[in-house]
Amino acid sequence: MIYMDNAATTGLSERAFEAMRPYMMENFANAAGTYSFAAKSSAAMERARGQIAKVIGAKANEIFFTSGGTESDNWALKGVVEANAAKGRHIIISAIEHHAILHSADALKKQGCEVTVMPVDADGLVDPKTVEAAIRPDTVLISIMAANNEIGTVQPLEEIGEIAHRHGVIFHTDAVQAFGHIPLDVDKMHIDLLSASAHKFHGPKGVGILYIRRGTKIAVFMDGGAQEKRRRAGTSNVPGIVGMGEAAQAAMEEMETAMPAVAALRDYMIARIEKEIPFVKVNGHREKRLPGNVNVCFRFIEGEGMLMLLDAAGICASSGSACTSGSLDPSHVLLAIGLPHEIAHGSLRLSIGENTTREQADEVIEQLKVIIPRLRSMSPLYEDFVRTQA
Amino acid sequence: MYTEQVMDHFMHPRNVGEIEGASGVGTVGNAKCGDIMRIYLDIDDDQIVRDAKFKTFGCGAAIATSSMATEMIIGKTVKEALAVTNKAVMEALGGLPPVKVHCSLLAEQAVHAALWDYAQKNGIVIEGLEPPVDDVDELEHEDEEE
Repeated sequence: MIYMDNAATTGLSERAFEAMRPYMMENFANAAGTYSFAAKSSAAMERARGQIAKVIGAKANEIFFTSGGTESDNWALKGVVEANAAKGRHIIISAIEHHAILHSADALKKQGCEVTVMPVDADGLVDPKTVEAAIRPDTVLISIMAANNEIGTVQPLEEIGEIAHRHGVIFHTDAVQAFGHIPLDVDKMHIDLLSASAHKFHGPKGVGILYIRRGTKIAVFMDGGAQEKRRRAGTSNVPGIVGMGEAAQAAMEEMETAMPAVAALRDYMIARIEKEIPFVKVNGHREKRLPGNVNVCFRFIEGEGMLMLLDAAGICASSGSACTSGSLDPSHVLLAIGLPHEIAHGSLRLSIGENTTREQADEVIEQLKVIIPRLRSMSPLYEDFVRTQA
Repeated sequence: MYTEQVMDHFMHPRNVGEIEGASGVGTVGNAKCGDIMRIYLDIDDDQIVRDAKFKTFGCGAAIATSSMATEMIIGKTVKEALAVTNKAVMEALGGLPPVKVHCSLLAEQAVHAALWDYAQKNGIVIEGLEPPVDDVDELEHEDEEE
């Protein structure tokens, strides 16, 4: 099997698993216990908090554990709106946010919140100037993702954060795809809130963080016990947290050495696809891009068939076509960068990682060189196109 | 998510292609929704479908239903071909996931559109055959849209 869907999830690293194992077995204590048996668990948890804080230049006491990126995004949007109601109920997001942000914003809209959606350019970039122009006296939050999950475009966080802070607006970034993959610094980038999820960087599933800059006004998300300074109740997921901490540290240690190699393989794949398969369009910014993201549209074909044929060849990938999104429209991200529906339907995302080899990359491209012409030979759109060329 | 029969017709589609000088050609669906089917029919003087070919832009189910629909009408009279419903195509494929039912409807409509083209070209009236609807897919999806 060739796994090229690392943006969906990554495999747990051996190192993270070994760190977790004792906290699933012999050290099973509830970290909130008062006996010394529990102290081991709470110490391991606090160590993880420090490991994670380091990745983004935060302080350990600004890291709050959650169940993952979706919870963190929900908490950031809903918590800020609730806690800052006296100032106003206007928030700014981008058109290419993850559904955890988009649907949280929709839920807030139903409660009377006003949402301004920033467009993106053809590369998927948000223009900081338009963000500034959208700020109003009642704006309480700007939430712009660090890097896009589909097309990999990395946003100008530092500029947007600077603008947010100059106007006294809280700045949240969904860094689920970026954390551990590209450098992030909450002070340099003026970030007040940051969401991350362990399973995107070889940690376990079901655990994530919300970074909350000290002094940021945000409501409690889960009522209950005293965990996470009473701001997010619920028995601490100690093994998950420990695994996330270890994975975060590994990601930081390896970022400088591993990521340039991943990015080089990404560029190699994009270059080969563009050179060897006709009628293809690369989606996302060519340089301001996640190291592991390859996203292309093949004209005249639909994505699901492509994924099925890749699967038959033992290759895991994803697409933004309607058939794979479970709705009638292709991905909102591909539409937001201005692609017509029929081209967006033919999108393919290959998300590679540290474990992807050159041989695997070559194998995928060789398969695509068979699969794409095969689907085109069945396509009436291609038939019509060939006729117009004749 | 797909049955063995759907996978078989997707991996090894029958009757892909075009027919030069076809007796009837029908194209339904639209690229916006992600499905377009085109069916070519070769019909002889006894109104028997001698051959059928298809081209489809769409998902796995769209390709499989096109393949199955062409298989089911070859050798049939025009009247019998008209009676091949989307339900029959679906049953022959061992069923489709609910979100893919419209693919089978598209296949039925593509056959009807090709038969209509044949009837128009030859000045024939095929009893029970309605003129093809534009944007079959959009009509089908109307109540699913948010």
